[in-house]
Amino acid sequence: MQNALDEAQTIVLLGGTSEIGRAIVDELVSSSTRTLVLACRRPDEAGAERFARDGLNVVVEPFDAAATETHEGFARRLAAEHGDLDVVVLAFGVLGEQTEFDDDPGAAAAAVHVNYTGGVAASLAFAGVMRRQGHGRLVVLSSVAGERVRAANFVYGSSKAGLDAFAQGLGDSLAGTGVQVTVVRPGFVHSRMTRGMKSAPFSTTPRVVAELTVAGMRKGKHTVWTPGILRYVFSVLRHVPRPIFRRLPLG
Amino acid sequence: MRTDDTTPGRRRLLAGWGRANPTAATVRDVEPDELAAAVKDLPARGGIARGLGRSYGDPAQNAGGHVLRLAPANDHVAIDDDAGTVTAGGGVGIDDLLAILVPRGWFVPVTPGTRFVTIGGAIASDIHGKNHHREGSFGNHVTRLRLMLADGTVVDLAPEPAPGNDHELFWATVGGMGLTGVIVDATFRLIPIETSRMSVETHRLGHLDDVMDRMVESDADFRYSVAWIDLLARGKHLGRGVLTNGEHAVPDQLSPTAASDPLAYDGRQLVAVPPVVPPTGVINRLSVTAFNEVWYRRARTGRHVGVESIPAYFHPLDLVGGWNRVYGRSGFLQYQFVVPFGAEAVLRTVIERISAARLPIFLTVLKRFGAGNRGPLSFPMGGWTLAIDVATDRSGLAPLLRSLDDLVLGAGGRHYLTKDFHMTPADVRRGYPRLDEWRAVRDRVDPGGAWASDLSRRLELTD
Repeated sequence: MQNALDEAQTIVLLGGTSEIGRAIVDELVSSSTRTLVLACRRPDEAGAERFARDGLNVVVEPFDAAATETHEGFARRLAAEHGDLDVVVLAFGVLGEQTEFDDDPGAAAAAVHVNYTGGVAASLAFAGVMRRQGHGRLVVLSSVAGERVRAANFVYGSSKAGLDAFAQGLGDSLAGTGVQVTVVRPGFVHSRMTRGMKSAPFSTTPRVVAELTVAGMRKGKHTVWTPGILRYVFSVLRHVPRPIFRRLPLG
Repeated sequence: MRTDDTTPGRRRLLAGWGRANPTAATVRDVEPDELAAAVKDLPARGGIARGLGRSYGDPAQNAGGHVLRLAPANDHVAIDDDAGTVTAGGGVGIDDLLAILVPRGWFVPVTPGTRFVTIGGAIASDIHGKNHHREGSFGNHVTRLRLMLADGTVVDLAPEPAPGNDHELFWATVGGMGLTGVIVDATFRLIPIETSRMSVETHRLGHLDDVMDRMVESDADFRYSVAWIDLLARGKHLGRGVLTNGEHAVPDQLSPTAASDPLAYDGRQLVAVPPVVPPTGVINRLSVTAFNEVWYRRARTGRHVGVESIPAYFHPLDLVGGWNRVYGRSGFLQYQFVVPFGAEAVLRTVIERISAARLPIFLTVLKRFGAGNRGPLSFPMGGWTLAIDVATDRSGLAPLLRSLDDLVLGAGGRHYLTKDFHMTPADVRRGYPRLDEWRAVRDRVDPGGAWASDLSRRLELTD
């Protein structure tokens, strides 16, 4: 159970190697936290020692976002083994190369499957556990790339657009159940995922995303833009005519 | 096999009085004769009784399970004028009880700062009042209680060991946070009163040492004693406060008009906080500094004696309906602890740290407890207790409270479970060394874990 200061006792990170996800966990872990589950495709890369602390049980679990048929059983097993799940952060996802997707529809479908289908299945599985336990916080990592999809990464952007819309609807459907969904829309984040890429305007870091995410969760916000100014930037970009939008230097 | 219950529409969000962290449970209003059926119907996540929802934190929430609200059944009040006792249903509120008792010349043995507490809640929290230094907590005055167990049977319990009496279960229920069963009804001793007024002696005191010295000196002379402290005062004014000592007034002390009806009692609310309050609340350093100055100056310098009504003396906040809304959307918590006598330096350090943190705190209560009772989870013990209300959205609050916890627990003190909403399982084990003794009794009467609450899960009281 969370305490009055929004300190979680049990935290689950889906996408246990995600830099943004781990930065969010850094913000969430407190002296009240008893269990941290790092769920990832390659458990040997989980780096659990980074979170090691007296009194904190760090558990590494194999989790494949693409294996959607396993998600419900996985969520139920974690709840059975660790008790109530206070916060679940859904941070897995693949960016991919748009140029490769252009030539390989199968690879594009696989990326969309992880980002969207996997996100849907995992969110519903954990939302089900939380609804039954009567409380919980689900954090879904979306992206501004889904807010208005650009030619430079439209496969990734469309998958995040789908996930974002799904998570908003899920949050509404859970009103009154004690479960809160927070959708996070980061802009360009300097991380391993974007290494070597040209930085976009208003770029940010995993740490800033994490701080704003946790502050937003604690205020009960449904949507968190990181940095916050992107909310206003995109309220304009959303309405820019396409011939102009596709010429904008957006990284 | 107990099952999940997630039927849409049956769940409701519930929070404690502090309004932080609501969770969803199935709320069932039950008449006394339906209670056994409701207990048999508990789902996998169990059930907990809830009274008037005045616990600040999460002891009367049970996310994912059932919350049982026992009907007040005010007809279930029987006064024995010869014995000076009353028998009342677990769902009966002190508010309703006072309206019946006071005109007949009786007063409840213990009342907290609100009248909106049920008898079941008063026992489960083993509430204390301004007379603890003399008369102990509520459980000290209960002569028998009936408890519905997890299997639906009702047992009759008394405090003293006797053949056929499970006195261990009695004391595990006193302060047991509702986790041993549902209190069906209880009999407890009353205080005879001649008037419904209080004779109150007020002292305005310039700093903490004065407040504490005066409390030590005057405690033995008064039945009721409590001090308010200005936690925004600093430097040489650190811990300045107002001490109020009280006694039930005798007819000679009343004005001629009041003396014509010495036992008149009126507990109506005067005003209510409107339902719309800014999301951030209206408690901030500016408003609280102003309030504290007025509250401090209102008390005249030196000693002042006056006559006050029961609501004005015991339950001033009840006169303002919905006052918990003033803290805004994210709610507030009450931090209440006790440190044993001899740990005055620790108390002073705690007050210094709170003052240094410049938190906008207007509700502070400093009291001296007498000896504790036999309840393994009963909060009071001989020592000093301080309670403060603080909004939960203050940055730096978590590390501040952790540092205070370490001081309190290090001094052999503990925190009040009814108010707690931030502790960890390890903290409770340090503060309540008899927890295992309590768990043994609880496991004996509820082996299947039918009784559960957000508090019991968060603090691992029962698994």
